[in-house]
This record gives sequence, structure tokens and C-alpha cells, in this order.
Amino acid sequence: MKKWVATVMMVVGVSGLALADQASVEITIKNHQFSPAEVKIPANTRVKLIVSNEDATAEEFEGEDFKAEKVIAGNSKATIMVGPFKPGRYEFVGEFHEDTAKGELVVE
Amino acid sequence: MLSAAVIVFREVLEAALIVTILLAATAGVPGRSRWIGGGILAGVAGAGIVAAFAGNIASALDGVGQEVFNAAVLLIAVGMLAWHNIWMSQHARELVAHLRNVSARISQGSLPLYFLAVASGTAVMREGAEVVLFLYSVAAGGSSATAMFSGGLVGILAGVVTGALLYKGLLKIPVSHLFQVTGWLILLLAAGLAASSMGYLIQAGILPWMPPLWDTSAVLPEKSAVGQLLHILVGYQEQPNLIQVGAYISTLVVILAGMKWASRQPDVVTPATREA
Repeated sequence: MKKWVATVMMVVGVSGLALADQASVEITIKNHQFSPAEVKIPANTRVKLIVSNEDATAEEFEGEDFKAEKVIAGNSKATIMVGPFKPGRYEFVGEFHEDTAKGELVVE
Repeated sequence: MLSAAVIVFREVLEAALIVTILLAATAGVPGRSRWIGGGILAGVAGAGIVAAFAGNIASALDGVGQEVFNAAVLLIAVGMLAWHNIWMSQHARELVAHLRNVSARISQGSLPLYFLAVASGTAVMREGAEVVLFLYSVAAGGSSATAMFSGGLVGILAGVVTGALLYKGLLKIPVSHLFQVTGWLILLLAAGLAASSMGYLIQAGILPWMPPLWDTSAVLPEKSAVGQLLHILVGYQEQPNLIQVGAYISTLVVILAGMKWASRQPDVVTPATREA
């Protein structure tokens, strides 16, 4: 019985960790560019994007093929909830510097 | 320069359309220019303040302060537009008479039109803050700053001109129908803003994510010119979910019920108007 409980708790714990792992991704903005510019995220899951803007000025994170819109002040961090997505590629931009700030969510 | 103009135009347009519709909707209301003008000025000042504290707002409430702030500002605007429509359903008749130059006396001085100031002010503040951040960001960027800055100015001008044109167009509507048309415009505007505010709360993770009820992105993309215009005016969204559609419909129902209730209240029309 004890063994059984331990197993269940382990499974729950591990899957909890796995979920926490999957649920958030970090993106950095520097020199008005995203890094990574290709962000891999799992399909059919709600994902938390943690976007750090290391430039001195503000940037607006905006989804092109998905709904997301958030101004991120200079030298600060923002969290944006996106998804769940079907597998595919979804573009996003930094609206204030659209020429350089481009990226894609690669959903698989 | 063109890209800057387009970005700024997009932001300014929303505020300009809301202010324009409010101006047309209150044609003949004494003191309305003062209230709306004051609201715009306060909105510009507010935009500067919001832009200056953007970082603090964003990092508040575990990083979702911006969404909550935007949702709150939108909901305040919805409340003000609702108040406007309910107020108008009591006063439209005397205004029509007044506009027709009948000796209608509008109970002047007894009309605190805060809702006009707050509704136009919140629209200007919300959109203006992004314009300020954008222009500041390009100004700090160096090289192409002047071109981008003039682009921004072109965008602001274009937005204001579009608003002015819409205003002229709206005033061409015969007086007897004007307030009906603007009433519907404001009703749909308010419902759209309510739906948008839900979008922010969903993005913040405060309201749960829900699958879209339908997807019209293939027919009319929200990012297209027509899609954006419809988004501003009637709250068009290509993939709305149950929460957003629910907010849209309940806003419509609540405001319509309020208007109906107000128009049943004892008449405020002065005897002079009634004879005319």
C-alpha cells in the first residue's frame, strides 16, 4: 500500500514537473531582435511566454497569426499567456521595430 | 517613416473614432465640447503618465498589471458609454427640438456630463500611451528618429482628419435619425470594448482560456483594414470565445434595458418643447 502511494505521488510529481517545464518559455529582446527567434512550444497546451526586454526602450509584443498584445517597458520582463495551438508556425513581431524584431512560435 | 505613420494612425484612429461618435451623438448638448475637450486633454496627460509608469504597471500583479489595467480602463469606458446612451434616451427629444431651432430649453447648468469627459479621456489615454511609448522608443533609437517622428505626426494628423470626416458624415444624417444612429453606434462600440476587456483578462490568465466559438479569419482577417475598422466600431473579432461573446451580448442587453427604463421615466421635456 505504501509502495502504491509512493508510486502515485512520484507519477503525480513527475508529471507536475513536466507540466511546469512545458508551460513556460523565455524569450529575450535585445537590439530590437528576439532571441531565440524560433521558439519551440508544445501543441495543445497553454504556454506562458516570459519576455525580457533588455533594450532601454519599450517594445510591443504582438502576435501576427495569434492573439497576443503587450507593451514591454525598457529593461523589464513581461509574461504573456498564449495558446493552446495546433501544430504549425505562428509569427510574432515587436511592433515598435517591425523591421528587425521578428520571431516565430514553432508548435509541435 | 511610413511604418511609423501606420502604427501611430492605427492607435490614434480608435480614439479619434470614439471621440467623433461622442461628438456627433451629443450635437446640441450645451457644454459638451468643454466636457469632451477636457476629457481629451486629460487623456493626453494620462497617456504621458501611463507611458512613464508603463514598467511599474506591467510588473504589478505578478506581471499581468498591464492587462488588468487595460481591462479596467476598457470597462470604465463601457460604463460611461452605457451612461451616455441611457442619459440620451431621456434627453434625445429635447435635443432634436433644439437642433431644429425650436425654442426648446435644455435644462442648462444641471447637466454634469462627466461621462463624456471620462469616455473620451479613457479612449485617448489608452491609445495615446502606446503612441507615446512608440515615439519615445524611436526617438531614443537615433539615426532614423526624425523620419520616424514625422511619420508619427503624419499618423496623428491622419487619425484626426479621419475622425473629422466621419463627424461631417454623421452630421449629414437628418436630425430626427441622428441620435438613433449614434445611439446604436455607441451601443455596439461599448459591447465591443467589453469583449476586448475580456480578451485582456484571458491573456492575463485571470479568466480561463476557452476555444473560439467560430473562426472567420479566412473570410475577414482582423488585421485587414476592414477588419480593424470593424473591430474598433462594432468589436469584430475573428476568433471570439464564449466569454467574449457573452460579455458582448450582456453589455447590449444591459444598456438596452437601461435605455428602455430611462425613456419610461417622467418626461423631462419642457412645456415649450412639447407645444412645438
